[in-house]
Amino acid sequence: MLGGWPLLSLLIWLPILGGAVVLWTGRDNADRARWSALAVAGLTLILGLVLWFGFETGVAGMQFVERAPWIESFGIEYYLGVDGISMPLVVLTAFSTLLVVIAAWEVVRYKPAQYLAAFLIMEGIMIGVFSALDALLFYVFFEAMLIPMFLIIGIWGGPNRIYATLKFFLYTFLGSVMMLVALIYLRGQAGSFAIEDFYGLGLPFAAQVLIFLAFLAAFAVKVPMFPVHTWLPDAHVEAPTGGSVILAAITLKIGGYGFLRFSLPIAPEASMALDWLLIGLSLIAVVYIGLVAMVQEDLKKLIAYSSIAHMGFVTLAFFLIFRIVAGEGTRDGALLALEGGLVQMISHGFVSAAMFLCVGVLYDRMHTRRIADYGGVANRMPVFAGLFVFFAMANAGLPGTSGFVGEFMVILASFQAGFWYAAIAGLTLILGAAYSLWMIKRVVYGQVRNTQVDELRDINARERLLLGSLVGVVLFFGVYPAPLINVMAPSLEALLGIVMPAL
Amino acid sequence: MNFEMPQFAMAAPEIWLGVMVCVVLIADLFDRSQQSRLAFFLTQLTLLGAIGLALYTHWGMERAITFNGMYVSDSLAAVLKVTVAGLSMVTLGYSRDYLRQRDLLKGEFYLLALIANLGMFVMASASSLLVLYVGLEMLSLSLYAMVAFDRDSRIGAEAAMKYFVLGALSSGMMLYGMSMIYGASGSLLIDTIASHAAAGDNLLLMAFGMTFALVGVAFKFGAAPFHMWLPDVYQGAPTSATAFLGTAPKIAALALFLRLLVDGLGDLHDQWQAMAVLLAVGSLAVGNLFALVQTNFKRMLAYSTISHIGFLFLGLIAGTPEGYSAALFYAISYGIMASGAFGMIILLSRRGFEAEMIDDMRGLNDRHSGFALVMLLLMFSMTGIPGTVGFYAKWLVLQSLIDTGMIWLAVVAVVFAVIGAFYYLRVLKAVYFDRLESPVPIEAPAGQRAIVALNGGAILLLGLFPDRLIEICRIALGL
Repeated sequence: MLGGWPLLSLLIWLPILGGAVVLWTGRDNADRARWSALAVAGLTLILGLVLWFGFETGVAGMQFVERAPWIESFGIEYYLGVDGISMPLVVLTAFSTLLVVIAAWEVVRYKPAQYLAAFLIMEGIMIGVFSALDALLFYVFFEAMLIPMFLIIGIWGGPNRIYATLKFFLYTFLGSVMMLVALIYLRGQAGSFAIEDFYGLGLPFAAQVLIFLAFLAAFAVKVPMFPVHTWLPDAHVEAPTGGSVILAAITLKIGGYGFLRFSLPIAPEASMALDWLLIGLSLIAVVYIGLVAMVQEDLKKLIAYSSIAHMGFVTLAFFLIFRIVAGEGTRDGALLALEGGLVQMISHGFVSAAMFLCVGVLYDRMHTRRIADYGGVANRMPVFAGLFVFFAMANAGLPGTSGFVGEFMVILASFQAGFWYAAIAGLTLILGAAYSLWMIKRVVYGQVRNTQVDELRDINARERLLLGSLVGVVLFFGVYPAPLINVMAPSLEALLGIVMPAL
Repeated sequence: MNFEMPQFAMAAPEIWLGVMVCVVLIADLFDRSQQSRLAFFLTQLTLLGAIGLALYTHWGMERAITFNGMYVSDSLAAVLKVTVAGLSMVTLGYSRDYLRQRDLLKGEFYLLALIANLGMFVMASASSLLVLYVGLEMLSLSLYAMVAFDRDSRIGAEAAMKYFVLGALSSGMMLYGMSMIYGASGSLLIDTIASHAAAGDNLLLMAFGMTFALVGVAFKFGAAPFHMWLPDVYQGAPTSATAFLGTAPKIAALALFLRLLVDGLGDLHDQWQAMAVLLAVGSLAVGNLFALVQTNFKRMLAYSTISHIGFLFLGLIAGTPEGYSAALFYAISYGIMASGAFGMIILLSRRGFEAEMIDDMRGLNDRHSGFALVMLLLMFSMTGIPGTVGFYAKWLVLQSLIDTGMIWLAVVAVVFAVIGAFYYLRVLKAVYFDRLESPVPIEAPAGQRAIVALNGGAILLLGLFPDRLIEICRIALGL
């Protein structure tokens, strides 16, 4: 808490209540809706930055803790706090939402107030997910996310939006209700719903396996891991630009975050025993989905598959730690893998958001996402083309961009687990470069293909601001990742201490 | 036999209702407005008074028994009565305009509702098989008449016929079971029965009686496989009757279960648990799977009711006070959700047009975004998404199941909850995603708008701060 202010509560409830206000005041005045949404999102980001700079680096424990009874008859608390794992994700959420609000400015014409309100409410809920320290509170936010996203895809989505939104909802709902059963069971064992009380329960192995599988159902769908990934390309293709940005930048991260916060520390022995499953699925995601991405004809689908491949890389890093320790016997290697995975998550948040915003820019002008409809865009939109190429390179992991830092750390760590892990993981760089560059070649370069492309206008100031800010962040963390790593390292080390206490 | 003067004050809610039934009946005769305005307001006033009296006489009091052991006054009775009367007030509030538009607005409707309420009140406080049965029949007979209220409607008459025949059958079953229980224990008083059950006297005969009684209860609930009447009756009855029928009597059915099988035969829990598991899983399966294919909104709600009954039974299965209080919480929150859903049908209907198909909800967001929002809350609450009261209802039930070690049953329940999500989302698809070419704005009277807002607000508020209601349900079950 900073100066007595309940900062995390503000971060959660300001956007949610602000969203309600936008919904109310902006019903018949689009401009009023836009400006008030901008104000709310901007203020939330400022609060996020206050959180970042108020955060004490080098400390492992929870900070900005708020704790109050909520449902007293069951010992459920309104219990918030952030550590080095969740704090960057909170800031990322606030940042992405502001981008979405700006990106929607002139583009969303159908019920803009509802659109903006949905995203603001979504923002508050997602920040709640990252800062909840009570398992039931976490679950409440985790599930409540479905409501705004369901509406976002269903109302403002593309022609096949109804199929996509139902699929999205049912997949993620099925995954998470299993987790609810596990959480209730854990509460019975631990006597409270506080997540920290779930750690070190010393559960019997069989129970751990069941709990691990229940959590896996919830988080694997969110990440999404092969083979439950199929909802993601559908959802992305049909979602409006803002929906894709939030899906890729934040909601996928919640899956990864869940593995760190729940699966690994609560069921460490089961995680170790089942790491082959997670590693196998992650490697399939890296290689197979990477290849699938290459043959996509739809821009958004390509980026969606690329997201799945990148997130496969993250889960690989998280579950390789047991093999790293078994291989070389160093805990530093495991820590490096976790750090790399988390950096990769954050970086992917920026880069994928940027990619989807770029596609959004193109789509607003041409109303098509087929790669074949483009060609020679650089001739008419030089500034945009430069930015798009930059982000594609970041997506492929070019040194100097944030994408490189995480991938490099993970590959370095995975060498300690064994050469072949590193070799296959390294394929992600090659495949990433292949599909990103090939897409760039077909969309941006070459001759102007048709009159539609010929009439394109370059990006305006608003879009420059949008993409330019992302360039700044991607470059900053690419060149100087230390602030990020310093923030997360102590918490990850503490986590490792819970997962592998012997070392 | 020495005659003991009963403590009439304890039965104040029932006495008040009984007196007011007569008052309303006479007052309506002298009301020349053709709108039964007087009957309507008097009825609402009566129900409000009954709530006050129930709170005053029962809530927070020691469990007390009077009328020669036939009438019980405890916190549970208070909660049940307040819920029953409150839901009746809401559904009657919704109904007024609907009835007026169809020329059905007669004082008798309110009178029947009041008598039904009296029956439910009696059930909630029954401490004798006979009293329980009297209350049940008082409720049932008024409901039969309410379903048949539109006498010119063929489908309404058919529904009433079905309801009557099957309802009579179930009453017969229950009476048969009660007679066996009487035979086994030698008493009609639930407390005496309980002590005989605990001692294990005539266990076989008692178990037989219990089986028939449970079948009767399941009929009244509409639990599968005794659910056949429910969809037809829901669809055929005038919506205002359906709204009444689908909410408060479910609470009364829970009262029946709690008084008869928990208070009376709680020690036979091992015997009835297996049956309750079958009823629960059957209801979840039948309700959810059949609801998937419905195109009629009223019918879909009927099947969804069956699935909710299944969930409610899951709470009862656990056989612990926690489980019963979870079931009570479930029943109350379901009552709130169902009254909202039926209220929505009433709001969307006009003279000569029944908005009872899911397709009729299309483009509601374009027509009235406020109603669409309430619909969103209702459907997500029925699905069990956090932020709405429906989540806590499901969560409490699951909690009681897992605490008693029936994890597999909890997993079955959540799988069916996911299947259920599909048809609730279909309604939202119609509301939000299907757009109309030229949306016609909805005009609704201010009173109805206020009730809808209240209903949606209650779902959201209880979804964010469920603690008070959970606490009340726990106190009612003596926790």
